[in-house]
Amino acid sequence: MPRATTDPAGTDRPTAAPEPDPAAAPDPAGTPAAPLPPTPSQTIGPFYGYALPFRGGEQIAPAGRPGTIVLHGRVRDGDGAPVPDALLEFWQAGPDGSLTGAPGSLRRDPVTGAVIGRHGLDFTGFGRVPTDADGRYVLHTLPATAPAGHPGAAPYLAVCVFARGLLHHLFTRVYFPEHAEAHAADPLLSRLPDDRARTLLAHPDGPDRYRFDVQLQQTADGTHEETVFLAFR
Amino acid sequence: MTLTPFTPAPRAFVPGAPLPGPRPLVAPAPPLPTQADISREIAARSAAAERDRAAGAPVPAHPARDYTPYRSSTPRHPQRPPVEIDHLADPEAVELTGPAFGVTDVTDLDADLTRQHPGEPLGERITVTGRVLDRTGRPVRGQLVEIWQANASGRYAHQRDQHPAPLDPNFTGVGRCLTDDQGRYTFTTIRPGAYPWRNHDNAWRPAHIHFSLFGTAFTQRLITQMYFPGDPLFPYDPILQSVTDPAARARLVAAYDHELSRPERTLGYRWDIVLDGPSATWTEEGH
Repeated sequence: MPRATTDPAGTDRPTAAPEPDPAAAPDPAGTPAAPLPPTPSQTIGPFYGYALPFRGGEQIAPAGRPGTIVLHGRVRDGDGAPVPDALLEFWQAGPDGSLTGAPGSLRRDPVTGAVIGRHGLDFTGFGRVPTDADGRYVLHTLPATAPAGHPGAAPYLAVCVFARGLLHHLFTRVYFPEHAEAHAADPLLSRLPDDRARTLLAHPDGPDRYRFDVQLQQTADGTHEETVFLAFR
Repeated sequence: MTLTPFTPAPRAFVPGAPLPGPRPLVAPAPPLPTQADISREIAARSAAAERDRAAGAPVPAHPARDYTPYRSSTPRHPQRPPVEIDHLADPEAVELTGPAFGVTDVTDLDADLTRQHPGEPLGERITVTGRVLDRTGRPVRGQLVEIWQANASGRYAHQRDQHPAPLDPNFTGVGRCLTDDQGRYTFTTIRPGAYPWRNHDNAWRPAHIHFSLFGTAFTQRLITQMYFPGDPLFPYDPILQSVTDPAARARLVAAYDHELSRPERTLGYRWDIVLDGPSATWTEEGH
């Protein structure tokens, strides 16, 4: 398969070796000798707002479901300024501990094609919330649950952060203070110093309401501790 | 009550001093860097990356988050290294699974961006297709692919885009589809235009389509941009050049494929995507 491996302006050198061709990879059962090189990340940029956010994206909990919690907070940069063009995605186990999710996050109107929101029965486990002009987000969901295969684990929400200015997304997690005992055995929290682990804890600030801020970068005056971000291997 | 007439205080004229007037509420923006400034920084980062490669350091597949030539990255990148989570040591991690999408999440029209309005959009119609694979080469099936892009004249249908190029009432520039059993996606759209931005003076983004992808695991989540072969703007663009390895950068560029062109209708581009990150199925198979 032909690929553009040189830059016509001459600033790029030809690649040293031909790349493995993903389309030629064994399919579906075989495994290539070496892992395929991944497609690089690029920033989400400033203009995703008419493409990615969808109605009901912040409403993971089925409408009217008792026990729904509100998780909210702000995304800030290293100057302490709010980030008004970040997009947060959330993924969590179902109330029964299932990790299969369910379709229907972006359910569509068959006549107009518009996104009409979730039908309120299935728990899809997936949420997507853009920050507002003040860098704030609000998520309505069910309390985090441990995976069914590991009921003693510390429950958490998985978070993926995208933003203009961020060339590669960031993963983090939201843990909840109710599970302090499980936190002591959590493979991530247990190897972080307290001041770092604290950045992954939601703070209760009302009935069924929690605050979780995302600090992209430590501020110079040290008033805002940088959130712990994760890399998966 | 006596009204005191307003008399401005006398001002002495000092040659070279700022003109008298109300103090600006916001400090004037510093002058933008020039393209030469940015190109010099890009060259320095590329040279450093090349030295690292020559010394046998692992080649980074993704951009560094602190890539200064892209100015917006400066206050928005973490300064601490990420905490690594090994999927073998923590096989119960929620992120090794991911959200599911299905036929209720897309409509057939979503994949044809030229048919979303009563009239035909302006510009060169194109077909963009390819496969989404994980790093073991397995196709990512039934997963959501989302795209967004500028119109043919380089304008986004977004109020923050103030580029004085025309909007196209017949083009929004948003598409979605689910990958098929081979991991294949296909969109019909128009070729987006290049557009200016304010990273530096005379900054232009090469034409690109934004892609958002889901794998079988949340760890494989990817948002990236697809570029068109032979674009003369490549060397000037700090976002593309943030991928400092030339081979990795080439993976962001689609290939023109005549077999994909449709007679009297579209020009065809092929772009395959490989998602990084472990999944629960890796764990089961001991990768």
